[in-house]
Amino acid sequence: MLKDYFIYSVRNLKNRGLRSWLTMIGIFIGIAAVVSLIGLGEGLRITVMSQFGFLGPDVLGVQASGLAFAGPPGTGVVEPLSDEIADKIRKVNGVEASFNRYIESVTVEFNDRQEIGISGSVPEGKNRKIFEAMVNLKAEEGRLLKDSDTKKVVLGNNFKDNDDFGKGIRVGDKVQINGIDFEAVGILEKKGSFIFDNVVLMNERTMFDVIGVKKEEVDVVAVKVDNINNVNQVKKNIDKLLRKERDVKEGEENFQVQSPQQTLEALNSTLFAVQLFVYIIAAISLAVGGIGIMNNMYTSVLERTKEIGVMKSIGAKNSAIFTIFFVESGLLGMVGGIIGIILGMIFAFGLSAAGRVFLGSELIQASVSLFLIFGALLFSFTLGTAFGLLPAYQASKLNPVDSLRSVK
Amino acid sequence: MRKSIIKLENVWKTYTMGNVEVNALQGLNLEVKEGEFLAIMGPSGSGKSTAVNMIGCLDVPTKGRILLDAHDISKLGESELAQIRGRKIGFIFQQFNLIPTLTALENVALPIVFQSVDRETRRKRSTELLEIVELGDRMEHKPTELSGGQQQRVAIARALANNPEVILADEPTGNLDSSTGETVMSFLQKLNRKEGKTIILVTHDKNVATHADRIEFLKDGKIIKSLNRKGG
Repeated sequence: MLKDYFIYSVRNLKNRGLRSWLTMIGIFIGIAAVVSLIGLGEGLRITVMSQFGFLGPDVLGVQASGLAFAGPPGTGVVEPLSDEIADKIRKVNGVEASFNRYIESVTVEFNDRQEIGISGSVPEGKNRKIFEAMVNLKAEEGRLLKDSDTKKVVLGNNFKDNDDFGKGIRVGDKVQINGIDFEAVGILEKKGSFIFDNVVLMNERTMFDVIGVKKEEVDVVAVKVDNINNVNQVKKNIDKLLRKERDVKEGEENFQVQSPQQTLEALNSTLFAVQLFVYIIAAISLAVGGIGIMNNMYTSVLERTKEIGVMKSIGAKNSAIFTIFFVESGLLGMVGGIIGIILGMIFAFGLSAAGRVFLGSELIQASVSLFLIFGALLFSFTLGTAFGLLPAYQASKLNPVDSLRSVK
Repeated sequence: MRKSIIKLENVWKTYTMGNVEVNALQGLNLEVKEGEFLAIMGPSGSGKSTAVNMIGCLDVPTKGRILLDAHDISKLGESELAQIRGRKIGFIFQQFNLIPTLTALENVALPIVFQSVDRETRRKRSTELLEIVELGDRMEHKPTELSGGQQQRVAIARALANNPEVILADEPTGNLDSSTGETVMSFLQKLNRKEGKTIILVTHDKNVATHADRIEFLKDGKIIKSLNRKGG
């Protein structure tokens, strides 16, 4: 029986053609906004998570800040961290291991073409294993670095099929870093992290001896905390130590002690603020859409008063009339929702494709989950029915005699 | 003796229009027997429409009793009345009152939908009925694609959908030319004679009323004259 009411409702909506479409505009703008922005926000979160996500929650990064110029993290600051401070950090209570990381912009030349790249140091000795475990480093092709390697590099996954050099770099290929010949001994697994997929990894000693990086100027000190519950305490300890060493007051720090977790939290709160704003706009649009549905349904009840009277006279109970109008308003909401979801997805994926094509960045990603789709669908149907409730009730309560007498 | 199918006992209907109370029916007494073809005639304002509403269970009286198959329906709620209407009474209106968005077949099937009958049975029954009213070739047409006479025949088929005991026709020829009206009337007559349906016809047209066995004249909400054309 519900199926018959459904068919009847669809006919009526089709019959009202343009009016039905206009009514749905509010709904599909609202739903499209919600779907595209949740999709993009979720995509951004996943991308950022993948940038940091490989670092465990028990890892802290210490770097100098202050007047930083463009460049890799921790580089180009006025007062970089010294290796002496790095040694002191190692001795802070609660620090299980720490090692210095050096990050340097380099020129990478291959196939007679030159590009700017970011090289990162790999600590040697026992710290190598800790570092590899910390960032979950695995070679997709070739191998990782060994202590005995000099003038050998391991490259991020993007070098494998990088068009900038005309062809991809393979294990065994010779590349020139800052004009010096190196051999690529391994290609890293794809991480989905911009930094790691484009990195040029070399041993710490190679960095000092061949590239000429100063050992005293540490870019980042990576700290592994002995117990995950102590992360905050260790952070405080390091803060205290660095304030003393660098002679700065609390609140005027020229350094940062950050955990990936903190970075994610900061990002999440920013994202939340943006999303909240969009939700408010979407909610207004949906409320307007809902009122549009209500208006449409009231008009429809008025126009079809006689029809309601006829249906009642041939045996329709109040509940049947209610169901017909209720289904109709729910359908208005749901069709609006379906179109909104499609538009939202087109917008979100279009924007992420545009980001890839025009900006060459993977940062704008869209992720539209089934949960989001079905959630939006259910929501739009519920919205339609909620706003159709009163008109449907009014229709069901019409007196058959008066309805039949109605002119329309 | 034929059993009484509808009985109105001292039925009053009072409408309040502003501050004025209008008595549309003033102690109407009427009995319709099974298989009868009854015509109710009267000038406008005589209470014809109100009487039809009472007989058709569309409205309940202010005072008095209405017995349908010996059951008092005057105190029933709207949904119970709707079910009784759907099962026991078939309506034919002056304006045909077909649902414009539905095809002829769907219009005929609609009363059966409201009785929660399965799709296959509905389809079979509606097709049969449309064939009876000679519209077997117009089943998929919408009302706007049919002539007035054809629409009224669809309405007749719809009235018969749940095989009701009573057909209530309110000015069924009012919107039709005389020859089409005659066709419709002969259908109704056939239903009465061959199928044994009780038919209650409301009209102001004497020629139409002559198809009935008995004519009741209504004025000021009361029967003022009865004419038994079968001589019973």
